[in-house]
Amino acid sequence: MMLGRVVAVLVALLTSLGGAHAEIPAKDRRSGFDFMSPQTQAMQADDTSNPGMFAVLEGERLWRESQGDSGKSCASCHRDAEQSMRGVAARYPAYDEDTKRPIDLAGRINRCREKRQSATPLARESDALLALTTYVAHQSRGMPIEPASDPRLEPFRNRGRRWFERKLGQLQLSCASCHDDRPGARLGGSVIPQAHPTGYPIYRLEWQSLGSLQRRLRGCLVGVRAEPFEFGAPEYVEIELFLMSRAAGLKVETPAVRP
Amino acid sequence: MTRALVNVPKTAARGEIIEIRAMIQHPMETGYREGLNGERIPRHIIKRFVCKYAGEEIFSAELFPAIAANPFLAFTTIATESGTLTFEWTDDRGETQTASAEITVT
Repeated sequence: MMLGRVVAVLVALLTSLGGAHAEIPAKDRRSGFDFMSPQTQAMQADDTSNPGMFAVLEGERLWRESQGDSGKSCASCHRDAEQSMRGVAARYPAYDEDTKRPIDLAGRINRCREKRQSATPLARESDALLALTTYVAHQSRGMPIEPASDPRLEPFRNRGRRWFERKLGQLQLSCASCHDDRPGARLGGSVIPQAHPTGYPIYRLEWQSLGSLQRRLRGCLVGVRAEPFEFGAPEYVEIELFLMSRAAGLKVETPAVRP
Repeated sequence: MTRALVNVPKTAARGEIIEIRAMIQHPMETGYREGLNGERIPRHIIKRFVCKYAGEEIFSAELFPAIAANPFLAFTTIATESGTLTFEWTDDRGETQTASAEITVT
């Protein structure tokens, strides 16, 4: 299985040598949803069969639960998430005044815990942080992705683009080698999607659990035999920033199901 | 504490065939995987699932390690009377949990 994948990657690499890659035109952008089997699509489309909904329910509970020394819950300040959080995920990552850097949704939740709730930040990929992130992102489901237009984000977005186009790892493949140049083709048994982060956190069948975009990016980095960044690393947020602008106009699907 | 999402029609005509669906949050750990330390992760699966309609068992299932996490079960029954559908499942740690739903039959 693994060997087959490596051979497929090598074949892809050899056939791509020398060819400059082209970006996918806006009209041809497709969510990963469109690349899935009808069965997996049905699983995502029905809230009673989408396992990501468990995280939405758990996130809703955590939203109302007071945290840390402040005794405040998320709802103490933000009230009804259905209104206050609507559209937030569609424009994240946003510019963070404190660190002068872009911050992702999970990072913002943790920042709020520290500053407003006097609580300890939650570990990346912990069930609680994933549940809260999923609950917040779920409020934007169906809304088109509209990347933040803050000009201070531009240098970080460009860095994200450079990561996307840079050949990495022992296999010397960039994100673009697969996701810009040959979406729809197969890598081993799996269809290569266009890599739009429309539904994160996602319930991935391969993981048998919910996971963040950072976990997904980590999977591809390991796949090309590069050393992955630590969870929460600024590089991941820069890549996310670029990917969200690349996916502009596609609809938020959180929680998405992916194979 | 795990969650379950059960889906039963709220109303049905007497004699109608109704579909009942249940999705239970559970890791369904197979017992064949190894953790980061190389030690085997102990098996932790739901072993048995039972659905009762007005106190009478209408569906039961035995589950095995090959079944994916968060198992989804769908089955049908005939709507006979108004009442409560109860769902009960037991896992390897001996924990038994329940969920229920009401149906009105006209």
